[in-house]
Amino acid sequence: MTRTSLAAVRPTRREFLQAAGSVTTMALTIGFEWLGPSRRAAAAGASPAVFAPNAFLRIGADGSVTVIAKHVEMGQGAYTGIATVLAEELDADWAHVRVESAPANVKLYANSAFGMQGTGGSSAMANSWSQLREAGAKGRAMLLTAAAKDWKVPVTELTTEKGVVFHAGSKRKAGYGSLTAKAAALPVPDKVTLKDPKDFKLIGRHVPRVDVPAKVDGTAVFTLDVALPGMLVALLKRPPLFGATVKSFDPTAASAVPGVVKVVQVPHGVAVVARSFWAAKQGRDALVVDWDDTHAEKRSSSEMMNEYRRLAEQPALSARKVGDAVPAIKNAAHTVSASYEFPYLAHAPMEPLDAVVKLTATSCEIWAGDQFQTVDQANAAKTAGLDPQHVSINTLYAGGSFGRRANVGSDYIVEAVSIAKAYGADGTPIKLQWTREDDIHGGLYRPMYFHKLEAGLNEKKELIAWRHVIVGQSIMAGGPFEVMVKNGIDPTSVEGAATIAYEIPNIDVELSTTRSAVPVLWWRVVGSSHTTFAVEAFIDEVAHAAGKDPFAFRRDLLGHEPRMKAVLELAADKAGWSGPLPKGKGRGIAVGEAFNTYVAQVAEVTVDDAGRVTVDRVVCAVDCGIPINPDVIAAQMEGGIGFGLGAVLYGAITLKNGRVEQDNFNNYRVLRINEMPKVEVHIVPSAEAPTGVGEPGVAPIGPAVANAIFAATGTRVHLLPFPKSSKA
Amino acid sequence: MSTSFVLNGASTTLDADPAMPLLWAIREVSGLHGTKFGCGMALCGACTLHVDGEAVRSCVMPLSSVAGKQVTTIEGLQSKAAKAVQAAWIQLQVPQCGYCQSGQVMSATALLEKNTAPTDADIDGAMSGNICRCATYSRIRAAIHAAAQSIKA
Repeated sequence: MTRTSLAAVRPTRREFLQAAGSVTTMALTIGFEWLGPSRRAAAAGASPAVFAPNAFLRIGADGSVTVIAKHVEMGQGAYTGIATVLAEELDADWAHVRVESAPANVKLYANSAFGMQGTGGSSAMANSWSQLREAGAKGRAMLLTAAAKDWKVPVTELTTEKGVVFHAGSKRKAGYGSLTAKAAALPVPDKVTLKDPKDFKLIGRHVPRVDVPAKVDGTAVFTLDVALPGMLVALLKRPPLFGATVKSFDPTAASAVPGVVKVVQVPHGVAVVARSFWAAKQGRDALVVDWDDTHAEKRSSSEMMNEYRRLAEQPALSARKVGDAVPAIKNAAHTVSASYEFPYLAHAPMEPLDAVVKLTATSCEIWAGDQFQTVDQANAAKTAGLDPQHVSINTLYAGGSFGRRANVGSDYIVEAVSIAKAYGADGTPIKLQWTREDDIHGGLYRPMYFHKLEAGLNEKKELIAWRHVIVGQSIMAGGPFEVMVKNGIDPTSVEGAATIAYEIPNIDVELSTTRSAVPVLWWRVVGSSHTTFAVEAFIDEVAHAAGKDPFAFRRDLLGHEPRMKAVLELAADKAGWSGPLPKGKGRGIAVGEAFNTYVAQVAEVTVDDAGRVTVDRVVCAVDCGIPINPDVIAAQMEGGIGFGLGAVLYGAITLKNGRVEQDNFNNYRVLRINEMPKVEVHIVPSAEAPTGVGEPGVAPIGPAVANAIFAATGTRVHLLPFPKSSKA
Repeated sequence: MSTSFVLNGASTTLDADPAMPLLWAIREVSGLHGTKFGCGMALCGACTLHVDGEAVRSCVMPLSSVAGKQVTTIEGLQSKAAKAVQAAWIQLQVPQCGYCQSGQVMSATALLEKNTAPTDADIDGAMSGNICRCATYSRIRAAIHAAAQSIKA
């Protein structure tokens, strides 16, 4: 088995120095440009020299290749992956490939995983694999046909490389740019032959990200950076309790702040519209609002968790049933039980939510790091009282999201449109800017959950029964995704638990869905952000009860799951699983599947005499099908590990009498560089179709660290985040 | 009321509220957008720029406090250390979402301008005020070491 490790793709110092000299050239030739609607419209309006055989590709007479991305680039490397897949089949010159965001158009750009245009579920590469290979291959076929006709030679005698068509017999060649007019006149072929993977020149190689140069010199354009003539900035004062509404407000003090232009009420609160962020902020600080709390959530999260604990003892709905676990556990020779508690979590992307809206009586144009384009388009249209076709969306780079910008209510977009409407819908561009406090207080959290697990072992200490009860709010209930809720089971509440991979003769997974005015949402890796923790921490407890090595115990239950078993074995092997560790150190393992990608991680931790935990090293193995870009895959595993580790060490949104107790990064702590472990990533070679890497790396790190803490100290972790005593 | 200072090497006078945080003066008055807003409380480092060569959090620094001083933003980076940092960031493919990276580059540059051979502990000290939610930290560390090597070479 050949394996790619992160170490292998890291350059030597000499290679680095050589490449450093060519950086300027790279920055000039590779880079994403946000072209804006005017330029895009002009191009689509088809100069005859532009060859656009489908909705994903445009080749200019200058040989430039523009790939149109239907997925947002929010850090996960989607633009690079998308462009790679298309450019591979086109045989484009990577130095001339650019990426542009697609407009909102469900007919052309729907996500094949959910039927509307949006990014989520680590779906971009799975979506692109056949669609964009075909788009590239058809473009190439038409360029070949154009050259063959021009040169009066059989098309079979032509070859392509780096954006040039060659005819070996006559030693003729032509750049793609010179063929665009002729190719554009040809019919698009119905069928096309795709490359044999052994001929890939970009896929599987170290292709540099298209967005990196602009993200290193400050020129990348995020929504924060949109500046339109006459643009105003709005900050919105939202209710302090979820579900509260405006009773009355006094704009006098806010309006007196220099630079404040207008104070307007919208369904979500009261907005201060000003000439600058600073004026809007001071205006909002001065604004007096009286809130109606009648229908607000006034409970504390601790009271809610008490209710969850009670519900875990009540009958619940079945999410998975194999055999009959309850009597099997009752009659088992040995039993194990544990419960795990998970808090609400904020996504806290680095770019606080923001959107720019230019609204008139007949049109609405939006600029945002938009993750749910056609949902946001429909919600914006409804808010503005316009037809969706009159709402256009410019998708910019998103400064992180982790799921936050993909919400069916389009909260921040609808707020911005509501403010523009209340302002007068006069075409004045308005930027709605959230502050970090707005973000931490703003809801749409990863739900809080309670998990109760029980297992039965027979006299030979073999695992014969598994019962898993999950209690928490539904993400999908009450919105357009409600159709996904079958027999009362929201799949996002139980994925990773109902789909438990271990071979156990009796399995019972149950769900009790709770309600609250606290709005909830998918958070990076969705259900597996808690289910994988519960399953992998508990299977470790069961292994211990069975007197087995936790790696070997898992492996022996995965004989029927070769891909999961392979990542488990690879991680254990690379980590030196059975090697000795000094006192005070421990090693823990966990494995999971999310969005059809398999990830196993081994964590090594040090716990000092005061109980402080340091995660020293994480070895990660991933199987995501054919690796499109090994370096991006490694980056997503590294980042997923850091994101997940911050959450289990520190992450918690808590409510006191309905009010969120955290405000900013001082009391909603996230991982910092001094807490980042050394990470090694090993990619399993595969011929399977590619699957996603943006989320799956997050799931195993929490339980791997919890299991390592047990190995070091003999103490199990049942409460998330880890108790204060064990914080670094 | 106006405040005069040197911005990226050019004498600048901004007619703005002297209490306005430098971040917003640079972004909204000067129109330089590379410096980002992340927390408004000097907790995340996205707004890091240099004042007289020191890395500072511009989101909590009043405009008036830089009167007569040298302010450098990501747009004005020119030093050998800065170029080495940016080259290393590209070579090691550090950014993901990229939003925090101007601040990361500014903090790393300030570190290398003073310390051309930083240890891991030096890097922790200089960089732990810069949050990256994509957790590109391993690559930031590797890129700082690589940039230090390239400056020496």
